[in-house]
Amino acid sequence: YLSNVHCGWFQMGRLTVQNMNVLSFTCVFTLSSSPYDLLIITFVLVDWLLCNNRVEFTQLAADYKAVNLGQGFPDFSPPKFVQDAFCEAVRGGPQMQQYTRAFGHPHLVKSLAKFFSRIVGHEIDPFEDILVSVGAYQALFCAFQALVDEGDEVIIVEPFFDCYQPMVKMAGGTPVYIPLRPVSRAEGNSVLSSGDWVLCAEELASKFTPRTKAIVINTPNNPLGKVYKTEELQMIADLCIKHDVLCISDEVYEWLTYDGAKHVKIASLPGMWERTITISSAGKSFSATGWKVGWAISSGHIIKHLKTIHQNSVYHCATAAQEAVAHGFDREYEVFGSPQSYFQQLPAMLQHKRKKLAMCLDSVGLKPIMPEGGYFMVADISSLKVDLKDESSKDESYDFRFVKWLTKEKGLATIPVSAFYSPEHSKDFDKFIRFCFVKEDATLDAAADILRKWSSTK
Amino acid sequence: MASRHTHSKRIEGLDKNVWVAFTSVAADPTIVNLGQGFPDIPPPSYVKEALVKATSVDKLNQYTRGFGHPSLVKALSQVYGKVYGRTIDPFKEILVTVGGYGSLFSTMQGLVEVGDEVIIVEPFFDCYVPMVRMAGATPVLIPLRLKTGTSADWYLDPEELSSKFNSKTKAIIINTPNNPIGKIFTRDELQMIADLCIKHDTLCFSDEVYEWLIYRGHQHIKIATLPGMWDRTITIGSAGKTFSVTGWKLGWSIGPEHLVKHLQTVMQNTLYTCPTPLQEAVAQGLMRNYELMGQPECYFSSLAEELEVKRDRMASILQEAGMSPVIPEGGYFMLVDVTSLNQDLSHMGEDEAYDYKFVKWMIKEKKLAAIPVTAFVGDESKKEFEKYIRLCFIKQDSTLDAAETRKKNKKS
Repeated sequence: YLSNVHCGWFQMGRLTVQNMNVLSFTCVFTLSSSPYDLLIITFVLVDWLLCNNRVEFTQLAADYKAVNLGQGFPDFSPPKFVQDAFCEAVRGGPQMQQYTRAFGHPHLVKSLAKFFSRIVGHEIDPFEDILVSVGAYQALFCAFQALVDEGDEVIIVEPFFDCYQPMVKMAGGTPVYIPLRPVSRAEGNSVLSSGDWVLCAEELASKFTPRTKAIVINTPNNPLGKVYKTEELQMIADLCIKHDVLCISDEVYEWLTYDGAKHVKIASLPGMWERTITISSAGKSFSATGWKVGWAISSGHIIKHLKTIHQNSVYHCATAAQEAVAHGFDREYEVFGSPQSYFQQLPAMLQHKRKKLAMCLDSVGLKPIMPEGGYFMVADISSLKVDLKDESSKDESYDFRFVKWLTKEKGLATIPVSAFYSPEHSKDFDKFIRFCFVKEDATLDAAADILRKWSSTK
Repeated sequence: MASRHTHSKRIEGLDKNVWVAFTSVAADPTIVNLGQGFPDIPPPSYVKEALVKATSVDKLNQYTRGFGHPSLVKALSQVYGKVYGRTIDPFKEILVTVGGYGSLFSTMQGLVEVGDEVIIVEPFFDCYVPMVRMAGATPVLIPLRLKTGTSADWYLDPEELSSKFNSKTKAIIINTPNNPIGKIFTRDELQMIADLCIKHDTLCFSDEVYEWLIYRGHQHIKIATLPGMWDRTITIGSAGKTFSVTGWKLGWSIGPEHLVKHLQTVMQNTLYTCPTPLQEAVAQGLMRNYELMGQPECYFSSLAEELEVKRDRMASILQEAGMSPVIPEGGYFMLVDVTSLNQDLSHMGEDEAYDYKFVKWMIKEKKLAAIPVTAFVGDESKKEFEKYIRLCFIKQDSTLDAAETRKKNKKS
């Protein structure tokens, strides 16, 4: 297994991918029951860090009892109604076990069209305007492969979910980065929010060139948790229309907004439906990431190109999972906006966990940036003075070294945020680490214990 | 619409295919569908139950290992370790993909370059050509040629095959048992291909999704087990075809680490991981049958026995109707030569091959769906193959009964 993660910029003909994929770190910690699996987890962790940092870390390998707030998926189950729907689908008629419609199971695309037409304010054609994919990940892949060519530029807002960059490159495109920047705050006002991280209008405008094919936005954002406001989306939309550019909008966390923040779909702004590809995920909507059901919604003249990629890559997605997700959306359609809606209950539950984690982080001097949405919380580690005791890895970025130290010394696993930045900008953002709070209370309590013990030693 | 919203060049000309053309037509429930290749017989119940059980386990509803759920790759390593007679590393030498289709895609994207040539044996499962083209390479076609009636009599001409190899040849794709003919390549035929691969240092992509559907008197041979071939072969398998669950869309690629790692890179940058509960259920199905391998209860052999009866029945229905079936040695398709029916289709004026017209006519007039075989060949071979249609016989008896009725109507 050690050879499967690649080191350095890996040239494979026209496919040049960055070595480190944050997901290979986060998805490692799925199975924590058998010793064999834990060993695998350790090897992958070791391997990942080895490849990126060329560091000795036998001690790190020995410590595999870390409380895991690094992995970006829930450690609790999906809601019962959707699990039941899956079981019913599997036990359903013979056609449930065989191929369904390639571009999306009819029941599912009809449910999605009905559900999202109401939200977007546009009549979505289930068969022309929707493509169901193997997770939002594959929808992103189809979008880039279908629409990006050699020589095209794609603007990526940083910090970005790390797959955007290799996908753009695999399509022969050139990523052009623009970072969200924290606005400076008045002294003494220490409550940071993801809403304080904004795009500078002039800087953004300067990134658009005659070669710009698309811009990728992610709202709510991973890792920061920023929920773009209408004015911010309007600024992006104006530029897209002015320069005739497509917008790929990754909205997998669309239901997870806190403190009254509103998720706005850029596709609903005037002039944007025909140039926006909106991507989302059943995995995140129903806390069932392992089902890998996602979709892209856009105007038919764009979706047809994604369909061509889809039909020449995986062709069909699993039938029963799609049937179950369709039932989930049927139910949510009926209870939309009411307290019975899972799309209300999930953020309400997470709001409380988010607050709890923020308080614990604060108590040890890890400055949380309160996320307006999403699964994650970023903490500023710059004011924390710790002796990282790692002379041998001084030239590696600070957050990577800190994460290693935190895993090793405190038994708490997180993700370094500079991993979500381009090589050009990662040095400017190496004082942040990312926590996932979509965890059951026992996990968060264990993390709180660690942090409490830590703060009591200060 | 603005002209900037053009698609990328890589998908130019790849939007149409035979399934897009025919599956919606055959979705009409009054039509007996022997076209698209999926069972209407149920899968083994233990496999369905394993899936139901898996979804009740919290962690099995979340992401698993990207290159394959650990219990699944371990099960594959055991089953195929036994079949290949070698130790297969579950983590380095196996990749789990979205169906055999996903394995084909990962293989092409991972190993085929712009400017390469890839040899494809006709008739071929139709996705091979667009996948090769999407990777920027050139398909080089070589037809199986016919001696007489059974699928065994379709052969590759050794000189013709040899002439297709040159310095640009990156790989050859073989499919055994073959879709649509049902041919099982013999050891000698595979050795001939292997010799050329070794001589020209070419890779071999072996699509073996129908590997368990082997009828009496025949044996499935894995080209990867021939001397010198393990290191240059990717072998593709499918849970959908193995367990009659095509709608689960799980498959796998098995090969040497130095090749599989590139497929894993593609996986990492395309869809990252396959669904967890489905992988767990397939793992359990595999382990259960691993214990039964060599025994009559093993699904790997019992399904083939069940299908052989259906194959023979289908063949006799077709013969009675005056057509000439090509009896397959493996797989679940049967080719039928419709020449003897002398069906005049000149009124269907479009510029289409005869088999396309025939299938459309048959769907409309006889309420029976099949697939035209020229969908599986390149332009130059169309003339040789346009008298054939493909029928799928992995169907319930009631479906075959209905087909018989339609055929009888056709004859009158």
